[in-house]
Amino acid sequence: MKFSSFISYMSVLLIVCLSFAAQAIDTGRSNLNMRPGVSGISNQVYDLHMLMFYVCIAIGVVVFTFMFYSMVVHRKSKGAKAANFHENLTVEVVWTIVPFVILIFMAVPAAYTLIDMEDVSKPDVTVLVTGSQWKWHYKYMDNDVEYFSVLATEQGQIRNQLTKTQNYLLEVDRPLVIPTGKKIRFLITSDDVIHSWWMPDFAIKKDANPGFINEAWTNVNSPGVYRGQCAELCGKDHGFMPIVVVAKEPAQYDAWVAEQEAIAQRARDEEQRLLSMNMSMDELMSQGEKVYGAVCAACHMPNGEGLPGVFPALKGSALALEDIPGHIRIIVEGSPGTSMASFAKQLTMSEIAAVVTYERNAWGNDTGDIVQAKDINAIMYGKE
Amino acid sequence: MVSTTDTTHSGDHDADTQDHVASDHIDDHHHHEAPYGISRWLLTTNHKDIGTLYLWFAFIMFLVGGAMAMVIRAELFQPGLQIVEPNFFNQMTTVHGLIMVFGAVMPAFTGLANWMIPLMIGAPDMALPRMNNWSFWILPFAFLILLSSLFMEGGGPAFGWTFYAPLSTTYSSDSTALFVFSVHIMGISSIMGAINVIVTIFNMRAPGMTYMKMPLFVWTWLITAFLLIAVMPVLAAAVTMVLTDKFFGTSFFDAAGGGDPVLFQHIFWFFGHPEVYIMILPAFGIISQIVPTFSRKKLFGYASMVYATGAIALLSFIVWGHHMFTTGMPVEYEIFFMFATMLVSVPTGVKVFNWVATMWRGSISFEIPMMFAIAFIVLFTIGGLSGLMLAIVPADFQYHDTYFVVAHFHYVLVTGAIFSIMAAVYYWLPKWTGKMFDITLAKWHFWCSLVSVNVLFFPMHFVGLAGMPRRIPDYALQFADFNKWISVGGFAFGLSQLIFLALIIKACRHQGESVSSQVWDGAEGLEWEIPSPAPYHTFETPPIVR
Amino acid sequence: MQDNKHDDEVDKSAHAGVRTPLDHTKTVNKILLLVAGMFCFAFALVPLYDVFCKVTGINGKTNTEAAVYTATDIDETRTITVDFITRTNSGMPWEFTAQTRKIDVHPGQMNEVAFYVRNPTNRDIIAQAVPSVSPGTAALYLNKTECFCFQHQPLKAGEEALMPMVFYVDPQLPEDITFFTLQYTLYDITRTVDKDTVDVAMN
Repeated sequence: MKFSSFISYMSVLLIVCLSFAAQAIDTGRSNLNMRPGVSGISNQVYDLHMLMFYVCIAIGVVVFTFMFYSMVVHRKSKGAKAANFHENLTVEVVWTIVPFVILIFMAVPAAYTLIDMEDVSKPDVTVLVTGSQWKWHYKYMDNDVEYFSVLATEQGQIRNQLTKTQNYLLEVDRPLVIPTGKKIRFLITSDDVIHSWWMPDFAIKKDANPGFINEAWTNVNSPGVYRGQCAELCGKDHGFMPIVVVAKEPAQYDAWVAEQEAIAQRARDEEQRLLSMNMSMDELMSQGEKVYGAVCAACHMPNGEGLPGVFPALKGSALALEDIPGHIRIIVEGSPGTSMASFAKQLTMSEIAAVVTYERNAWGNDTGDIVQAKDINAIMYGKE
Repeated sequence: MVSTTDTTHSGDHDADTQDHVASDHIDDHHHHEAPYGISRWLLTTNHKDIGTLYLWFAFIMFLVGGAMAMVIRAELFQPGLQIVEPNFFNQMTTVHGLIMVFGAVMPAFTGLANWMIPLMIGAPDMALPRMNNWSFWILPFAFLILLSSLFMEGGGPAFGWTFYAPLSTTYSSDSTALFVFSVHIMGISSIMGAINVIVTIFNMRAPGMTYMKMPLFVWTWLITAFLLIAVMPVLAAAVTMVLTDKFFGTSFFDAAGGGDPVLFQHIFWFFGHPEVYIMILPAFGIISQIVPTFSRKKLFGYASMVYATGAIALLSFIVWGHHMFTTGMPVEYEIFFMFATMLVSVPTGVKVFNWVATMWRGSISFEIPMMFAIAFIVLFTIGGLSGLMLAIVPADFQYHDTYFVVAHFHYVLVTGAIFSIMAAVYYWLPKWTGKMFDITLAKWHFWCSLVSVNVLFFPMHFVGLAGMPRRIPDYALQFADFNKWISVGGFAFGLSQLIFLALIIKACRHQGESVSSQVWDGAEGLEWEIPSPAPYHTFETPPIVR
Repeated sequence: MQDNKHDDEVDKSAHAGVRTPLDHTKTVNKILLLVAGMFCFAFALVPLYDVFCKVTGINGKTNTEAAVYTATDIDETRTITVDFITRTNSGMPWEFTAQTRKIDVHPGQMNEVAFYVRNPTNRDIIAQAVPSVSPGTAALYLNKTECFCFQHQPLKAGEEALMPMVFYVDPQLPEDITFFTLQYTLYDITRTVDKDTVDVAMN
């Protein structure tokens, strides 16, 4: 190996790496470096990250300077003769103590930031965040507002049939809305496996553990739309459960909450109205197909064949061909100990009726059965 | 067996004279050793044969696991789902991890231990040769079982190599039983390997080979073996609990029955953190052999190297919590684990400084093993520094489970552990075959690997910091450019290993120039005093070490 | 293992010969003991973790047995807000609500709250409530003298019930905690309980 080429390759490599790094710092472009975020804590975390980064660069530069100097000067081909030393107590003690001091210099601000994160003062707004395969559920503890938040990107974009839009995979149907300048507390838990609620702009990443609650809080200082994702592998569609938070000025936030409460009330009224109505087969089938595509197809697949050994098929299954109450019950109640969750909270009764009808009449399951919202009501509440 | 061959020789000859040892070798071949064909390899109890088997097995597994990485990188080449379905993607990331950890890196180190430890301490063989045979031959079955689970209905394990409950219990496919079984076999194999290493080093060192004279590779492996003994049973217990939770109705990790899913992570990482040192301590040993040879200078700070290795091993038992900062741990525990983790960088730093000090005012030449060793020092240090960043709890909330972590552990495991294994192979290959390997191919291998591995892993830091979570089959558009480069680097790194394969095959056919027993002009140690190629039996009469 | 005496022994035995195969049984047995010990230790981690959590409250679990109320002084100067969250796990069809969603208490004072449950299905279900407190340290100071979570809760088809919970907050509660959240998750454990009774019957 010619030494000159060794050095030149190495330095080219180093320059490439450093220029990437330099670009990351100078431009502050969000696809190269951590975002400073929009809360006091997230700014602190960003500063800590940059401090650590510079310290690490400095350590690297010092160590590699010695090494590369030695590689250049102490070469056999340049006639270097090996010296005969192989220990030096002073040097060894120094390079044990010095890193120790550097560590303390780094750990102290980190510990302070950590203590700042442990603020136990009373929050202005509390949101219960529940993860489940593969969606988030938000419940405002002080208001009568709760809803699911699911991926809004169309399957066509994921399957490369449609052009991908700007917020591909980072958009949801109903984002979480919070007020700015207030302390928001998140209580985080899960219905099934472990998820992790990660919002980079708030520097919050907290695991959602089934059966346990975790806490995190933020105080966002500017209105805007912030995007994050589930960070803990939670099964097949782990990559498809984004988090979107919209921060609004407190006045707008209050208006939004009032509006949501009204919408929830209207939905309940509508639900009652639909109970007394019968929908036609066509209506049920077309609505059912929509609901199926949005909610069921992730596991049972658009063709109803499921994933053998993981998610059962509905096409030709006894459940979807014979036992109607059993079919409804598994959707309403879920099946304990399996991935089949309860959809009673996520879907309205008329939606469940539509999807049951759809599953009993699609893909060659030609039972001709029609299921109405009142049938669902009968099962859910035991009344006709 | 060793004892039978002994009777054919009188005890008067000096093992240090090469021709005597060589005649041992010839005699053995002709009279009563080494049946030909498959049964030679199936029944062998010879440490060199078993070492070779381990190394080939590790290499094949490296290529299989690498092929899975290629699938992952092909899917991630551009946004959208194009090649594989998410469920299969998860199986690929899981099995890639399991194969690389338990099938490639660990068996490769065990192979090197088998080949070199007896040669380095002047022992005729490993202490327990028949168990040695077993510990290797159960390994292929473990991986056949694991790989066959991929073809089961429902697919193989898809819960990540960390198999967090309840994803691996209630929500996994039935093939989890096979996964558990195969991990048990891998664990038994590792434990048997570790027992052999410990007993060999304790009981079979040549006269005068005191502990503080042992080469560092032997020292690091001794400590690694103790780590294996301490934590592989914990892994076995963890998979057993997963098995009973899934199939036999226990609830270790199920809140409904009074369990706690976070407990799984405590148990797993109590195994898992020492496990990552199991994969790096022997690498430290290898680098500590190579750097002095090509600097033509004694290793700087031998004693501090030994103490640093011990310190790293001890610290590895009290840092597991740093994998779990986001689980909702109270702040005082987070601070404890942060400090403990940062402490690891002190002995690790000592090692790096010692290597640099060894090179300092040496007489350095840049043969292939040295090039890999230097690449190791630089790139492992990069991985170590990003590890230091990860220890900072508040920042870890942002790094955790992103590609920043993926970049970190691939820097320490690929350009760390695997580069050290390659360095070791190049270093000792002439001793094994008696011929110098093809240096041109080796240079191609080195440069292609070095450049591509950085194109592959360096940009992962950026996408991770920018917010790309790990273990996802599809990603947002702002990560697209870097992922393209990462994939290109991945394919190039994968192809570069085919050069290595070609070189190894050439070397196994004994092509090339014959080498002296010392091979490298700065090399010192017992393994360089026996002829090249190393005879089938060596040190039947122990050498005297002064 | 690193003392010189041992070294000498090893050296002698190596001297004497590789001719007579060395007896490694002792060393192997010691290591095997270590292996077995570590295997057991991993299982011992399960109860150890429970004990550890009970002492430190790190996972926010409350005591699974009733506390005995020891008459303590009621600290009128402090008011602690306790939030109640009720959840049903997926696959658990019961309605489950807290009658009191939020309560202000003084440390040392006895309080009673109730939870409403209804089994709307046409089958009998046995439930288990699993409590979780955040912040976790507060769990140490939450003493429940009576709680539905101590036992299984069976409800027949269509049945409803009010489940009481009596508790007091230990006055030792750290000063900086002014509020905490207590969550109950209901699980359907009918299957596992049934299996147990079947097992008992078979024995």
